[in-house]
Amino acid sequence: MLVSLPVSLEEAFDAFERCPDAQLLAGGTDFMVEVNFALRRPPAVVCLRKVEELKGWRLEGSELVLGAGLTYTELMAPRLSDLVPGLVQASRTVGSPQIRNAGTLGGNLGTASPAGDSLPVLAALDAKIVVASKQGRRSLELDDLIVGPKRTTLGPGEVIVEVRVPAALGSQEFLKVGTRNAMVIAVANVALVVDWEGHSVRCALGSVGPVVIRARDAEELISSRIDWAGRTLPGDRDLAEFTALVRSAARPIDDHRSTADYRRHAVGVCAERALERVFANHNGETLERTSWAS
Amino acid sequence: MSTALGTRRGRLGESASRPDGVPKVRGEFAFSSDLYAEGMLWGHIVRSPHPAAAIRAIDVSGALRIPGVRAVLTSDDVPGRKTFGLDYPDQPVFAWDVVRYMGEPVAAVAADHPDTARRAAAAIIVDYAPTEPVTNPVVAEDAEPIHPLGNVLHRQRVRTGDPDATGAVVVEGRYETAMQDQAQMGPESGLAIPGEDGGVDLYIATQWLHIDQEQMAACLALPLEKVRLHLAGVGGSFGAREDLSMQVQICLLALRTGRPVKIVYSREESFLGHVHRHPAVMWYRHHADAVGRLVKVEARIILDGGAYLSTSTAVTMNAACMAPGPYRVQNAVVEAVAVRTNNPPCGAMRGFGSVQACFAHEAQMDKLAAALGIDPVELRLRNVLRSGDSLITGQVLRGTAPVAEVIRTCAAAPLPTGGPMTAADIELPGGAGRTADRDRVRRGVGFAVSIKNLMYGGGFDDYSSARCRLEDGVVTITCAAVEVGQGFVTLAQQIARDVLGVVDVVLAPPGTTDIGSAGSTSASRQTWMSGGAVQKACVAVREQLLTSVASRHGVVRETLEIADGRIVSVDGAVDIPVSEATPGEVLEETVEFHHAPTAELDEDGQGDAFVSFAFAAHRAVVDVDLDLGLVRVVEIATSQDVGRVLNPVQLVGQLEGGIAQGVGLAVMEEIVLDHGRVRNPSFTDYVIPTALDMPPVHIAALIEEAEPGSPMGAKGAGEPPMISSVAAVVAAIRNATGLELPRAPVRPQDIALARSGARPEPGSGPINVEVSP
Amino acid sequence: MGELIDYQLCVNGREHDVVDSWLGESLLYVLRERLGLPGSKNACEQGECGSCSVLMDGKLVCSCMVLAASAVGADIVTVEGLSAGENDLSDVQAAFLAEGGVQCGFCTPGFVVSVHDLLEHNPDPTELEIREAVSGNLCRCTGYGRILAAVQAAQETRRR
Repeated sequence: MLVSLPVSLEEAFDAFERCPDAQLLAGGTDFMVEVNFALRRPPAVVCLRKVEELKGWRLEGSELVLGAGLTYTELMAPRLSDLVPGLVQASRTVGSPQIRNAGTLGGNLGTASPAGDSLPVLAALDAKIVVASKQGRRSLELDDLIVGPKRTTLGPGEVIVEVRVPAALGSQEFLKVGTRNAMVIAVANVALVVDWEGHSVRCALGSVGPVVIRARDAEELISSRIDWAGRTLPGDRDLAEFTALVRSAARPIDDHRSTADYRRHAVGVCAERALERVFANHNGETLERTSWAS
Repeated sequence: MSTALGTRRGRLGESASRPDGVPKVRGEFAFSSDLYAEGMLWGHIVRSPHPAAAIRAIDVSGALRIPGVRAVLTSDDVPGRKTFGLDYPDQPVFAWDVVRYMGEPVAAVAADHPDTARRAAAAIIVDYAPTEPVTNPVVAEDAEPIHPLGNVLHRQRVRTGDPDATGAVVVEGRYETAMQDQAQMGPESGLAIPGEDGGVDLYIATQWLHIDQEQMAACLALPLEKVRLHLAGVGGSFGAREDLSMQVQICLLALRTGRPVKIVYSREESFLGHVHRHPAVMWYRHHADAVGRLVKVEARIILDGGAYLSTSTAVTMNAACMAPGPYRVQNAVVEAVAVRTNNPPCGAMRGFGSVQACFAHEAQMDKLAAALGIDPVELRLRNVLRSGDSLITGQVLRGTAPVAEVIRTCAAAPLPTGGPMTAADIELPGGAGRTADRDRVRRGVGFAVSIKNLMYGGGFDDYSSARCRLEDGVVTITCAAVEVGQGFVTLAQQIARDVLGVVDVVLAPPGTTDIGSAGSTSASRQTWMSGGAVQKACVAVREQLLTSVASRHGVVRETLEIADGRIVSVDGAVDIPVSEATPGEVLEETVEFHHAPTAELDEDGQGDAFVSFAFAAHRAVVDVDLDLGLVRVVEIATSQDVGRVLNPVQLVGQLEGGIAQGVGLAVMEEIVLDHGRVRNPSFTDYVIPTALDMPPVHIAALIEEAEPGSPMGAKGAGEPPMISSVAAVVAAIRNATGLELPRAPVRPQDIALARSGARPEPGSGPINVEVSP
Repeated sequence: MGELIDYQLCVNGREHDVVDSWLGESLLYVLRERLGLPGSKNACEQGECGSCSVLMDGKLVCSCMVLAASAVGADIVTVEGLSAGENDLSDVQAAFLAEGGVQCGFCTPGFVVSVHDLLEHNPDPTELEIREAVSGNLCRCTGYGRILAAVQAAQETRRR
C-alpha cells in the first residue's frame, strides 16, 4: 500500500516497516504545499488521520494531554479555553477556517517552522511532547524536539503522539503580529504565562529566531519584581527593563516579510501588553476595556 | 434548501442578472483552466531564475529522455518573429543569448501528465552566466543599457504656462509607490488545438483577442485566418492578461506535437509570468498663493518599467498628464519617464499611471492644506476642475466634470460611529492576533480625489466591432469584448433589450473568427466602446425591423415604435410582438464603433489627447496601533462621477472591488524585490485583503451627469475606485500618526519604528525636485 | 512518476473509482482531472485562497491540501453536490446571483461551499462572524461587499 491509512499506532508502525521510505502525513497543510509544487515527491505515505491514539484530549490529574491529531478547530473547543487558553487563542490565529479544520498540533510540531503558532505557547507551558515508534515511547521537551528551522530530532518511523501541558496553568496570553487579519504567517508571536501559584512568569517568542525562544532573563527579572501577594503589576521602570530584556532575547532576521528591527520591537511591545493584560484581567478591570474572552 | 432558477432580464438602468451567473455559482462555468480535450498534453514553461544573465547553452537532452515527454522547444523553434509586444515587439517568446528578468521564459515542454512536464522542465539544463542586474530605476537611465533599444522606455514631458512662476507657499515631497500585482484569481491558462489546415485554435483567457492574434500570427509565421482565438472563461484580469503570456508557446507545442496542449500556470508562475503595476519614485513641488490656489506644479516621475516595454508608453503618458490631479493649475513643469531595468516587466494594471500620480498629488494637497491652515477638503474645492477648464495638456474639459459635487458628497457622508474603545476585539488593528491595546489605538481620517482619463488616447483610433442578428424573435449579439467579471455580458443583453424590446438575448461566444476586434477590456473603455458598438448594431437592426414591418403592413415607417416587446403604430393599427413581426427574415448588421478622434501630444505634452475623464473621491477611516504600526481600515466612503448608472448592482461591484485593491496597495500589497529577484510570488506572502481586512464601503453618491459623446451617457467606472482610495487610506494613517509616510504600501515598521525614533523613514532625505529645463 | 495506485472516493454521495493515479495527487487534482468535477478551482494550490474548498466529513477544507488517496472512506461534498438537480440552485447560490456576489466567478464555488458550511453550523451569524467564516476565501473582484450581502440574504431566507 503506497498510501496507508492506519487506524492505530501499531498499524502505522507496520506500514513503516513495509515502507521505510514512507513520509508521514497529518493535516496536509504543510505537506501538500510541497507536494503540489514538486518540492516533495513521497515514494509512499502513511496518513495519520484515522489513528485512534492521536485523537482527542483528556485530563490526567493536573496534566492536560492533547492528542497530536487534534486540529486547530478542535483545539478551539470551549472547554479547552479554560484548560489551555493560550493554545486556544493561538489556534484562532492560524490560517483560515479551512486550514484550522485540517492542520494539527502534531503537524505544527513536525513542521517545526520558526513561526509556528502553537509553539510559543507550548514553550511557555514547558510542554512535554510524547513521541512513539515501534521501539516504544519517549518524552521530549520542545527544544529537544525542534532544533532548528524546520528541523526536528524525530527519527524514521517516529510519530508525535501527544502533547502534555499543565492543565489550567495560571493566566495565559498569546499575541500574534501579522500584516493582515487572516491567513498570515506571524512576523512575531509571543506567549506569556503567569503562574500565580509558582510565582513565575514564562515568556516565549516566535518568529524571532531559528526556533522559539524563552526570554529567560526577562522572565527572571519580572518574576522577582512582581508583588505576588498583592497581585499587582510592577511599575513602569520594571516593565521597561522587562521589555528590554525581551527584546534582547530575540534573534530576528530581515526577510521578505519584515525586518529584524521591527520584529525585535514587536515582541517587546507584545510581551509588555500581554503582561499588562494578564494583570488587568486578573484584577477584574473593566471588562469593556479588556474583554478578551476567547 | 433549493430554489428554482430565477433571473432578472432587465434593461438599461436595472440590475439585470448576469447571463453567466448560474453556471458560475454551480461550478459549471468553463474557465480556461477547466478546459479539456481528448488526447491533450500538458505544457510547462521553463523560466529563468536569474534577473540578468547570459545564456551560454541550453541542454534539453535530459528532458527528452523522460518517458511521456512529447516536445521540448526553445527560441530556435519559433518560426516567425521571435519577439512580441503590445506597442513594440521587444520581448522574446523564448529568451536566447540573454535573460533580462527573473521568470523570463527560456524553453517549454509538453508531456502526458502535468507532473511529467514539471520534471521535464527541471531536467532542462540552462548554462547561465549571471550578470549584475540593473534594479534601481532612479539610476537606470544612466546605467549600462540592458537591451539594444536602451534603458529609456518612454519619456513624457508636459509643460504649460510660466516655468518660473512661484507661489507664496511651497511644499514638496518625495513619494514612492511599490510594485502591485493584479493577483487575479484565475491563473493564466489555455488550451491549443492544432488544426488540420496547419493552423491552430486557441482557447484562452485574455483581455484582447485580436491583438493576441496579431502578435501570435507574426511569431507563428501563420496568416491571421489560421490563428483562431476563442475566449475561454476569464477569472479576473485587472491588466494581467493584456500582454501575451503563454499564447505563442502553447500553440508552438500544439503544432509541434500535433496534439491539444493545455497549460495552467501555478500561482508562483502567475506572479512571475505577467506584468505588474509600475513602481514609481516621484518628486513633487507645489506652489500656491496665500489662499491655497495652485500657482504651479512641478513633478518628476520615474516609473520602473522592468525588462520590456509592454504598455509603458501609455502609462507614462497618463502619469504625466494626470500628474497634478483634478485641479486647475496654470503653470506646470512635469516629466515622467519609464525606464528599463532587470526587474519584472510592468504594464497594465487598473489605474494605469494615475494611481501613482494620485498618491503623490493628494499627499501634496494635504501638505499644502497643513501649511496654510486650510481644511484639506476646502483646499481641494478651491482648486477643483470644472467643465470648460483646461488640463495642463491644454485640453479643455468638454465633457462633464462634477468634481466639486463628488468631493462635497463624499466629505459630507457621516463618519462611522464608535471607535477603538467600543469596537469588538476582533475589529481592532491586529484582529484575532489580539495585539491591540485600546489606549494606544488612534483613529484617523483621510480624503483624496482623483482624475482618470477614460479609454485610449493620444491619436490612437480605438474602435470596437459588434453584430446584431434578429431571426425568429431571437436576438444574437456577436462581440469579441472580453468578459473578465466586470459584467459586459450583462450590459450587452440589457442594451439589446432596451433597443429591440426583446427579452431573450443570445451572446455568441467571443472569438476572432466571426467578428472584428472589440479592443481591450481595460482603460475603463468597454461600456463606451463595445457597449456603443452593440447599441449601434442593435439600432441598425431596429431600423431594418421597423422598415420591414412597415412594408409588410403598408404603413409609414415613422409611425412605428417598439414598446414593451411589441411593435406598435401610433394609431394602434399595428400591434405585434417583435418575436412574430418578421417571420422567415434574418435581420443583421455588423458595425464598428469609433470614439471621437484624439490628438497626439506635442513635445511639450500639449494636445487634445483624451476622450473623456472620470472623477472620484474617497474618504478613509482607519484605526492605527501606534506602537505596532498595525492598521485596521474601518470604512471607506466614496462618491464617483459615473455619467449614468446602467446596472446598479454591477456598478457597486466595480466600486467595492476597486476600493479593495486600493486598500491592498495602501496597507499590504507589494511585490518584494531583492536585486531583481521576486521574494514573494505566492498568496502566502503577497497578501491581498481578506473579508476580515476589507472594510464596509459607503457609497455617498453616484453622480449622474450624462457624458456627451458616450453612447449611453455612462462613463467607465472600473478604474476610478482604485485610484484615490490608496491615497485616502494613507492620508488617514498620516492623520492618525502624524507621520509623513511618503510610501505605499505603509508597512508596520514605517509607523512603529518612526515613532520610536529607531530609524529614519525611507525617502525622508533632502528633497530635490530636479525637472529638466 | 513511480508506481500508480487505484482507490475509491465517495463524492457527492456516489462512489468513484480512481485508477492509475500518482500517489501525490491532491484531492483537488483528482476531482478536476479524473472525476470530471472541475467546479473546485485551482487559484493557488497552497491552501491560501479557498477556491478549492470542499466539505470532507462535514468539515470545510481546502481540497488542494488533501492527499486524494488519504480521503478514502471520507464523505466528500463539492460545489457540484450542493444543488438538488440539473437546473436547480441552492438558496446560497441564488442569493449570490441576486445580490451581485459573482463577478469573474473564480472564487465563487469556494465561497458557496464555505457559506453552506457556515449556515449549517451557525444559522444566524453576525457580520463579523460571516467575515471570519469566509476569511479563508479570497476574492479579487468584489471587495466582499456583495458577497456579505448574499450571505445575509441567504440567512434571511432561512430565517423565514
